[in-house]
Amino acid sequence: MTSDRTPRILGAILVVLLAAGPFVPQWAIFLITIALAKGLVVLGLLILLRCGLVSFGQALYYCIGAYTAGMLGRLFEVDGVLTLMLAGMVVAAVTAYVLGFLLARYRGIFFGLLSLAVSMILYGLLVKSETLGSSDGFNVLPSTLFGIRPADEWVRYAVLVVASVVAFVAALLVHRYLKTPLGSLAPAIKDNEIRVEYMGASARYAIHVNYVIAAALAGLGGGLAATTVGHIDPEMAYWTTSGEFIFITILAGTGSVIAPFLGALIFGIIQTVAFDISPNTWQMVLGGALLAVIVFLPTGLWSLFRRRRAT
Amino acid sequence: MQELVAVVIDGIIYSAWLFIAAVGLTLIYGVMKIINVTHGSFYALGAYAAASITGALLAHGMPPMLSYAVLLGSALLVAIVVGPLIERGILRFMYVKDEVVILLITYALFLILEDVIKLIWGVDPYYISEPYGLLGSFDVADLTYPTYNLILVGVAIVCGAGLAWTLTKTRTGKLLVAVIHDTEVSRAMGINVDRFYVVTFTFGSLLAAIGGAFTAPTVSVVPGLGVEVIVLSFAVVVIGGLGSLPGAALGAVIVGLVRSATIHYLPQAELFVIYFVMAMVLAFRPRGLFSIAEARKI
Repeated sequence: MTSDRTPRILGAILVVLLAAGPFVPQWAIFLITIALAKGLVVLGLLILLRCGLVSFGQALYYCIGAYTAGMLGRLFEVDGVLTLMLAGMVVAAVTAYVLGFLLARYRGIFFGLLSLAVSMILYGLLVKSETLGSSDGFNVLPSTLFGIRPADEWVRYAVLVVASVVAFVAALLVHRYLKTPLGSLAPAIKDNEIRVEYMGASARYAIHVNYVIAAALAGLGGGLAATTVGHIDPEMAYWTTSGEFIFITILAGTGSVIAPFLGALIFGIIQTVAFDISPNTWQMVLGGALLAVIVFLPTGLWSLFRRRRAT
Repeated sequence: MQELVAVVIDGIIYSAWLFIAAVGLTLIYGVMKIINVTHGSFYALGAYAAASITGALLAHGMPPMLSYAVLLGSALLVAIVVGPLIERGILRFMYVKDEVVILLITYALFLILEDVIKLIWGVDPYYISEPYGLLGSFDVADLTYPTYNLILVGVAIVCGAGLAWTLTKTRTGKLLVAVIHDTEVSRAMGINVDRFYVVTFTFGSLLAAIGGAFTAPTVSVVPGLGVEVIVLSFAVVVIGGLGSLPGAALGAVIVGLVRSATIHYLPQAELFVIYFVMAMVLAFRPRGLFSIAEARKI
């Protein structure tokens, strides 16, 4: 048995990100930060997918996180990046705790459809709420770091630093969680739920916990996205946003906690490059990539690394 | 009183539209167990084909009254060309996979088709308002409605009744019910299951394309047209029960009436109510209002 290399790889990635940050152009920092935000959401979906659950409404928590961050800035003029992210996480987790009592009873297609319905409810509410800018959304305050507002050219880097550290901690915690008895129930639930119950474990409880964790991560990602982009709108709760997250999850695979971030980065790069080269066919490229991954790499891009290591 | 009449009439018109847009989804799910995201693409393809073909023919001096037939013809063209292509070309290799994975595959196909539409028709909007204005309007309790809306209701009734009749009264329908209940035994009995799958997928897609084609005259046909239809028809179909034909009708009527009532009395809640009803139905009767304790039938 080989030693667990994941924490070391994560740490190395963190160091590289922090060290390289000041030297890469602003647009690249933006791309990476957004990839980290989406990676956090996908990290949550990874936990759910390990249980065999696909949520078509994870955008709900992403949007809750983003709107919590936006509202805090708007109503109370809170602008610390970390505070906003954590607030988004808490609100999302509490919502998920309540909804979890219902959703943890659902499996397969019905879990997906119900989570879709709930996220569309939020979308329907936000689109029609004029105080929150209806379908236009509103701008988020420029963020600060521990009360300091960095110089303009350093803002993006400062956000990247916070985002990388948060993502590092989140990935590490999820990695450890997946090895705990509760965390390792996930694949068992996917394989055979009845056996899990015979073992004396409660599948519903495990799914509820996983659901809350996934939502917390999505809220964290949403808060980060809100402060990075500087603008939020109801589209963040729309089903296409959820579709994008699932897309990245499938692309990345569930093999490792690093995979979601890698997947999100590749997704961002494909999106940017394909959009630059031909704005009318970038979705086609994405669709083709998804199809190819499902057919040829059913366990995601991460399986490429696995295979190489095994030989 | 007048407002109530307006609510009911608006509701019926909207229900008719929803039914046409959604019934193909339930047909495909009922037979093939596929939640078909490309349904929205077929809707958009139908709308684009109808708008461009009808527009071109009208410009070449076609009598405007024929445009209704052309709308239908465009939808047929789309379904017959693209339907079998997708089913035979891609989906048939995927049936062994999990329901959720097939859903993701149709999502990938939806992304691809979105751009295919942009490549064929560009990103500029298409308008064909002639068929909409042609029939004039009618009055109900001092309210004026375009007569075109009656065509929508008519198409919905013909589609629903036609499907019900085919499924219950014809040999094909009975064979199809056998396929739904047990694919393997049907195959063993000599039913050509593959052919049923192609035909079902094409026919279900045709219904979506018809929905798009007959909506085209009432809206401007722009990219992204099918995106909203997907969730709306999911809601309709889930409320009635996936794979149930009367369920789709009931779902369409519920969503139609509820939406038109909220638009009249509480416009802020317009979108919210649809998905709220969907969530409530899923919470209390996950298999839909029309689920009964017997083997699934369509």
